[in-house]
Amino acid sequence: MTELFLTLLIPLIGSFALLFIKKEQMQLIKYVAFGFSVISFIFSIALLLKFHSDNPNFQLTYEKVWIPSLDIGFRVGIDGMSLLLVLLTTFISPIAIYSSFDAIKKREKSYYALLLLLQFAMTGVFISLDLFLFYIFWELILIPMYFLIGIWGGKDRIYATVKFFLFTMFGSLPMLVGIIWLGQFIGTHLVHVPNGFTTNYELIRQYSHFIPIEYQKLLFWAFAISFLIKVPVFPLHTWLPDAHTEAPTAGSVILAGVLLKMGTYGLIRFNLELFPQASFLYTSLISWLAVFGIVYGALVAMVQSDVKRLVAYSSVSHLGFVVLGIFSMTVEGIQGGIIQMVNHGLSTGMLFLCVGVLYERRHTREIEEFGGIARIMPAFTVFLGIAMLASVGLPGLNGFVGEFLTLLGAFKSPFLGSIWFTVIAATGVIFAAVYLLWMFRRVMFGTITNPANRGLKDINKREWATFLPIVLFIVWIGVYPSTFLKLSENSTKKLVNKLERIKFGKERYELPVIPEISKPNNTNIKNNQ
Amino acid sequence: MANEIIKELSLGFPIFFISAMGILLVIFDAITGKNKIINYIFAIAILSITICSAGWILFSQYYNEANNLVIHPISMGMLAYNGYAYIFDVIFGIAALLTIIAAREYNERAEFEYKEFYSLVVLATSGMMMIAHSADLLLMFIGIEFMSITFYVLAGYFRKRVTSVEAALKYFLLGAFASGFLLYGIALIYGATGTLTFQTISQKITAQDYNNLYLILGITLVFIGLSFKIAAFPFHQWAPDVYHGAPTVISGFLSTAGKAAAIFALILIGKNIMFVAIRTLDSNHIITLQNILAVLSAATMLVGNITAIAQNNVKRMLAYSSVAHAGYMLMGIVANTPDGWAGASFYAAVYVFMQIGSFAIVANLEDKDGEYLDFSHYSGLYKTRPFIAAMMVVFLLSLAGIPPFAGFFGKYYIFKTAIDAGYLWLTIVGIVSSLISVYFYLRLLIYIYFREATEQILDTSEPRAAGFTLLISAALTVLLGIFPSYLIELLLYLR
Repeated sequence: MTELFLTLLIPLIGSFALLFIKKEQMQLIKYVAFGFSVISFIFSIALLLKFHSDNPNFQLTYEKVWIPSLDIGFRVGIDGMSLLLVLLTTFISPIAIYSSFDAIKKREKSYYALLLLLQFAMTGVFISLDLFLFYIFWELILIPMYFLIGIWGGKDRIYATVKFFLFTMFGSLPMLVGIIWLGQFIGTHLVHVPNGFTTNYELIRQYSHFIPIEYQKLLFWAFAISFLIKVPVFPLHTWLPDAHTEAPTAGSVILAGVLLKMGTYGLIRFNLELFPQASFLYTSLISWLAVFGIVYGALVAMVQSDVKRLVAYSSVSHLGFVVLGIFSMTVEGIQGGIIQMVNHGLSTGMLFLCVGVLYERRHTREIEEFGGIARIMPAFTVFLGIAMLASVGLPGLNGFVGEFLTLLGAFKSPFLGSIWFTVIAATGVIFAAVYLLWMFRRVMFGTITNPANRGLKDINKREWATFLPIVLFIVWIGVYPSTFLKLSENSTKKLVNKLERIKFGKERYELPVIPEISKPNNTNIKNNQ
Repeated sequence: MANEIIKELSLGFPIFFISAMGILLVIFDAITGKNKIINYIFAIAILSITICSAGWILFSQYYNEANNLVIHPISMGMLAYNGYAYIFDVIFGIAALLTIIAAREYNERAEFEYKEFYSLVVLATSGMMMIAHSADLLLMFIGIEFMSITFYVLAGYFRKRVTSVEAALKYFLLGAFASGFLLYGIALIYGATGTLTFQTISQKITAQDYNNLYLILGITLVFIGLSFKIAAFPFHQWAPDVYHGAPTVISGFLSTAGKAAAIFALILIGKNIMFVAIRTLDSNHIITLQNILAVLSAATMLVGNITAIAQNNVKRMLAYSSVAHAGYMLMGIVANTPDGWAGASFYAAVYVFMQIGSFAIVANLEDKDGEYLDFSHYSGLYKTRPFIAAMMVVFLLSLAGIPPFAGFFGKYYIFKTAIDAGYLWLTIVGIVSSLISVYFYLRLLIYIYFREATEQILDTSEPRAAGFTLLISAALTVLLGIFPSYLIELLLYLR
């Protein structure tokens, strides 16, 4: 619990600490920001060590009443899925901070303070076990991201940041109504809580499947729209290419690396867990959207002339696999989805870093401008190659594991019941190879046509240091994924058990019997309907 | 008897004190010479003492409803001493204090500082507190009139500026018209129930001893009158012009404390008449009335926010958005439950801090002729005035309802009460309109943070005392956002 607190709060403390440093002390600002972020990472490792992967329930939970009359509390805790994503957040954030040491040349202090604030909010999203708290963190993300894109972004940054903000707000406001309505319905009709209102996630999770289906449908969409926008799933993806392209490198890394995962995480955590019956109804629809997004994203990525935009569209495609895996509602699919979230964070994060390296040197991202870079920057070529191949899904690197598992899950899924999802989605893998390899060839190989490229320097020590840890994990997940899969396995099984019990009346997976630690108190249960 | 008198004197200390001192301050204006600082300091002292005493009474005794039943010897049952009243005392007091602190340098810059400014603000506050403490429709009316008349004068305070005079005249004519409605409504309620005291009115309604037609007509007219005062659709037309024309610090005061006072009057009507009447046999009319009010609230939010989009003048944008915020507060009245009143009160309190803060910033950036109010004049403010820019972020995001600022929790609670009361559609309209509002609040932030300065804002200096106004309102906006439970639990406990 202490570890969880520290992981969450240290970035926030760092963000405030930066305010007290004079803005002329640039080196100090950078290293303080980096230091706080690394300390948070160290505590998240401690979190990992304290975590029992056998236990499918929430662990290291903490509860403190915040607004008693509404049963809103500061409730946090982690299970396997959130642990992985917290680790991803604390891992990507210091890298993002470190990578911007040279790139950011104006208003450094606010920049690093905002990045730390962003890290705080992202961690909060993944660990909150209270719907109100979740919403606060979810919305809090918008503020630093709005300024990060708007101040340090590219040419069309204002358009991009406003679009990002309005899209997200448009999605999250229905979720707010959903949260209030859900809390009120559960609190007054299903369970007796003192004031007839609750936002306690664990309590809601126990009773939400008793909500009549006609209400569940509405609630499902109230939550899903905001998550589908964030993922993003076709046709709600249009904010993403703009935001990704215009954001500064670190912003894109965090956007692609962590922010998009909040959407997929929300789909698992809220849509599947809270509204199972409605999820059964819409699983095909959302899976079709995901499959369409996989192909569409890949096709659009193919014709991009801007490297960063290409990577951005590849995110639309890759996240489609995650959504497909989640809505297959099988252990393989969801596990694959979770590991694919981590993979995408690593490989796309690294691709954005690579684009950042090119952009810092040439101040352009047009593919046309490059060519033959491999001869001048050999080390860089290796790293871009690894990131690209990981993204393509080459066996032995991480992308393969995730894509394989999600496709397997979709294939086996008793809920989807059609192999066409898998068949069409699998073409996305081929398209990914096409657009990424093609991009790689045009940028890296051939003769140097543009004289401006001749004098480019290969990557420096700082860039080595940002790439190496990512490569380590890319290979680790690719070769031995069970280190990571094991963490979320039991939580996933518990979820799938619940879904199958509701749909088919029986549970397939055996789980170690561990009593849930946090039982809701002050509640007495009404007869269900 | 003597004991009871002393008891009432101590209970009513805040309102007695501020009324007496307000009048003394007017006399004092005439006696003292040209030295304006004395009045300034006196006004601050009076308000501080009032706030502290009201706060002390509130926290030491936790006044509750039971206190209403006692007929106090001095006021003969005209004044009520309950917790809500003290909470609103504190809110009005803080609003006035923040306004006065910010006003001095603003008036100095406009080269138009007169002493009566401070006494008028104090007097307006005493009028508001009269509304908060009223146990009687007549006293409520007197409080509203007292407040409004001082507002008319304050709106026209820059008497050499055409816009200011126009604002005052417009405000006066329409306000007097609205007061007519209000008074006629009160007369009809008197006709229906034979009494003006809230407590007796609710007893009579419970006992079915009233004339239904007159009561409904009376309530409707009172609502029309009060809708004028809070600037709700379709009676909002005056508001943008008045808030735009009045001296900026006064616009902040009018549009927040004035609105909160009128909302409190609505809560009184809701609590003592609507809430009781809905439990009687012929509640149909009341439900119809509630639905009409819901439609008005929805229209107010939408009209305020949509028209605010088109504005290129910051002061006017804030004026239109202030219309929209009245719509949010009305949602709490529509819900017609204790939760709803608590929500409306919470929102009113929060709104006071964030709106006064943003008006204080606008006041600080204005030049001496009241120019430099356009969005484009705010370009690159982050560089020239980093402190003000950062404060503006807090206020604008809070107004837009983005967590963790207080505006978010205010909206959350109001939406919750509306859903509880079965007004899901109203909540959805509220949500849509807050999405619209995000657009124009962000637009200002774009100018402040993302554009570089095109022309320098002339003739202004860094805020001196006004910095306190900004800091205090920003701190309260943040604190009430992170720890809303202190205020909301108090409001719920006292209901």
